[in-house]
Amino acid sequence: MARSAFGRWVILTVAFINGFSIMSIELLGGRVMAPYFGSSVYVWGSIITVFMLSLSLGYLWGGKLSTRTPNSRQFASFFVIAALLCLPIIYFADPVMTRIFMTIEDPRYGSLLTAGLLYFLPICVMGMVSPYSVRLMVSSQEGSGGVAGLLYFVSTLGSALGTLATSFYFVLWFNLDQVMWGCVIALLLCALAVMLADRRDSREDAL
Amino acid sequence: MNKIVLTVLMMVLAWFSFNGRAVAQRTIIHEERSQYRDVVVTEFNNQRCMLFNIHRGDMNQTCIDLRDPKRLVFNYTRMSFAGLLLNPDPQRILVAGLGGGTIPTVMRELFPDASIDVLEVDQAVVKVARDYFNFVEDDKLVNHVVDARVFIKRAGLRGEQYDYIVLDAFSGEYIPEHLLTQEFLQEVSQILTPEGVVVANTFASSRLYDYESVTYQSVFGEFLNFKTAGSGNRIILAKKQNMPSVAELHAPARALYEKLRPYGINFLEYPAQLSTRADWNTSTRILTDQYSPANLLN
Repeated sequence: MARSAFGRWVILTVAFINGFSIMSIELLGGRVMAPYFGSSVYVWGSIITVFMLSLSLGYLWGGKLSTRTPNSRQFASFFVIAALLCLPIIYFADPVMTRIFMTIEDPRYGSLLTAGLLYFLPICVMGMVSPYSVRLMVSSQEGSGGVAGLLYFVSTLGSALGTLATSFYFVLWFNLDQVMWGCVIALLLCALAVMLADRRDSREDAL
Repeated sequence: MNKIVLTVLMMVLAWFSFNGRAVAQRTIIHEERSQYRDVVVTEFNNQRCMLFNIHRGDMNQTCIDLRDPKRLVFNYTRMSFAGLLLNPDPQRILVAGLGGGTIPTVMRELFPDASIDVLEVDQAVVKVARDYFNFVEDDKLVNHVVDARVFIKRAGLRGEQYDYIVLDAFSGEYIPEHLLTQEFLQEVSQILTPEGVVVANTFASSRLYDYESVTYQSVFGEFLNFKTAGSGNRIILAKKQNMPSVAELHAPARALYEKLRPYGINFLEYPAQLSTRADWNTSTRILTDQYSPANLLN
């Protein structure tokens, strides 16, 4: 999969935004759940467990998918699906937590189940982005480690900045749902950028 | 063997770090490991104190006077009893935030027939309160190890009612943001009897003063503000309805004066220091579950 410089820049950018959004959503998760389960240490335990589990399985499945016919359309679809899967966090978090709060007394398992229901699917799909983007950018076996390193660097840097920006500034400037919408829109723009880069690359190929 | 060496090493390290810092004059008599912040008990000048944040300077959570254990050491603790001006004879009391257990213990002594529920999220604090601060539970005074928001939400669903609610869960450096929001106060209001009173220990300084004021106002309407010179704390006294005028509070103050005197509370002075005047910026944004950056505003 030969890529233009522009195409590679787009992949690095969307990997950055993906990493940024994951940690932004994780940080907000504590605020989403605090009204029902408190802000005790085990609420954070639940959130981090579910995020790590989702990412690990996302890596596995994303990597697996990339071994078939890797293409930009499928890559873009990850972002669209992740964005759509974030919408229930905005619209259904309260009814979901009310139900769980009524049925499970122990806030440890209540928060764990809530985190699983709300965050497993979107974060899993966002985890699929990482190995898939490696596959799209790698052009030679010797270069594969370098590409993977660069992508880890960019997406983890995004995660660091997403954590910082959300906890220091976003919660001060915006409502919770506004930040969530920001992530949804950012993910959709990622999909758009990937498709545009793909169109450009195939046009150049045709020339 | 290794373990002993390690323990000695850690004790030496701990000794050095404590010695050079804020507690040079104090004796540390106990340290309790906590899921949250380790709890330290110190003694100095016949005062025994519970501290959370020993390295950041004087963050006395709660203190007792070893010579006169009845006397309340902190001004804000004494101030919190101003709620009795609005409800002089509470029957069902809820205290969010245990500390050394001072407030529930005094309430237990003052109102032997009342039932008291205490909410404390940290088991280590409960243990230290029992072992070092004379906190004794019985069938009328029960501590629950639970997040206050969770307990109050559940109490609301069960239709339980309290006529005296003390919110004192704001300790040390970190503020539990989910206990400052409009939605939380609505849940508190739901479990409050029509004649009940909410006593909230909040911040007198910092930007949070304005935010908290408008948030309480949005749920309870006009409330009584209790500030004293030189105290970083402000007590909010709120009711759902029938907020009496300050002039009407002198009678209950006289009635309870003798009962409260042993605790170092001069109740006669209190009514004159209460005010309903809105001395905050009323256009401040209300804190909600969607918007509650309390720690960034402090």
